[in-house]
Amino acid sequence: MTDIVNIVTQRIELRINCEQVSIAVEPRTSLADLLREQQMLCGTNLGCEQGVCGACTLMVDGMPTRSCITSAVSCAGSDVQSIEGFDDDAVMNELRAAFTAEHALQCGYCTPGMLMTARDIVTRLPDADDERVRLELSGNLCRCTGYVGIVRAIRRVLDAHRTSQNVPLAVTAAA
Amino acid sequence: MKAAMYDYAKPVTADSAVALVGASDGMAKFVSGGQSLGPMMNLRLAQPGTLVDLRGVPALRECRSEGNLTLIGACVTHAEIEDRKIDDGTQGLMPYVARGIAYRAVRNRGTLGGSLAHADPAADWINTMVALDAEFLVAGPHGTRSLTAAGWMSGAFTTALEADEILTGVRFRRLSPAARWSYYKFNRKPGEFAEAIAVFVDDAPAGICRAVIGAIDGPPHVIGNARALLDNPDAALLDPHLDAAGLETGSYEYQVHRVAFERAAAIVRENRKQQ
Repeated sequence: MTDIVNIVTQRIELRINCEQVSIAVEPRTSLADLLREQQMLCGTNLGCEQGVCGACTLMVDGMPTRSCITSAVSCAGSDVQSIEGFDDDAVMNELRAAFTAEHALQCGYCTPGMLMTARDIVTRLPDADDERVRLELSGNLCRCTGYVGIVRAIRRVLDAHRTSQNVPLAVTAAA
Repeated sequence: MKAAMYDYAKPVTADSAVALVGASDGMAKFVSGGQSLGPMMNLRLAQPGTLVDLRGVPALRECRSEGNLTLIGACVTHAEIEDRKIDDGTQGLMPYVARGIAYRAVRNRGTLGGSLAHADPAADWINTMVALDAEFLVAGPHGTRSLTAAGWMSGAFTTALEADEILTGVRFRRLSPAARWSYYKFNRKPGEFAEAIAVFVDDAPAGICRAVIGAIDGPPHVIGNARALLDNPDAALLDPHLDAAGLETGSYEYQVHRVAFERAAAIVRENRKQQ
């Protein structure tokens, strides 16, 4: 015999990676679980599920957000961009190339969240020095690299933008 | 690591939010950014039956100047304060404090009012608002009321707020352009909760020199007239305050709070010289 659990769902409308989505979710479903289990977008990784490690960081309305402690219902009407939504994003592609060149990942589990934070640093703080980059990265944990490669990769993109003022800094895939 | 089941509502007025919680037999909870409540729910330390999301209430995001006072709505985020999107009137104190709260991803969602209602003694806003002697504005089923900074927090995670009341905002005196402040936070890793906090607000034209010893077991310890301590934070003057803050003489906590306080005082003295 199984207990009958009355699961109440709410229908929400939101944009996920530039696509309008209407979906029924339980209020307790986190934004990360909505993406991973209902949208089959598994690029967002869950680490600690208590907002500490930063692995699940993604963009909500263009701002880095912890998707493990943010409920999906609270994102109704929002524009959500997970790592899958940045294929055509100029800054993200520069960061991906720099992460590869600087060996900024090993196991790769933290990388989707790292790239979100890295993109935020490059677009919001174009004048950041290494100390500021490290400070801004302090909410994303990496247990493989020791961060040196990650800081160098972000540095590489920041420097490239500084030497080429023509590169627009705030291009978004959602534009 | 998943939250227990709950229901969710996002009203657009403070009155309907209050009514929703009032009708819930004590099982509903207000939420704004959810950056403290979210982890607690995932860990199942909190299991509210209903969450009433306050981010849909435009009135809670209103900020304005009222003469020499500033009013800041409870649902303003830490990131908005950090980015100076609002006129906070604190001569840079609030943007400085905001930048040190957790991490940018948390600051994008977490709110001033949520932090104050949560009342973690080691959090930043509770200590900052006490240093600014802010007034706490509350709305509930019987109308609105206002609480003093001293009357707001009675203990760790405990405020004067009733379960069906909302903190709508804070109001405090704007600092003079000649005012000097310092905010010294000691923690081992950027973004974590503080082990010690010391705040100075020295607004000589307004006749105010206030200091706060924070991140202690209970509410922040306020020193209403800190002029002598600012000029000379030696043991004879400071020890009675560290004792009154509930710190055990000679302990590690006593020492880090002492050092934080001395450094905060030194920063203000240094800033005054550059005036």
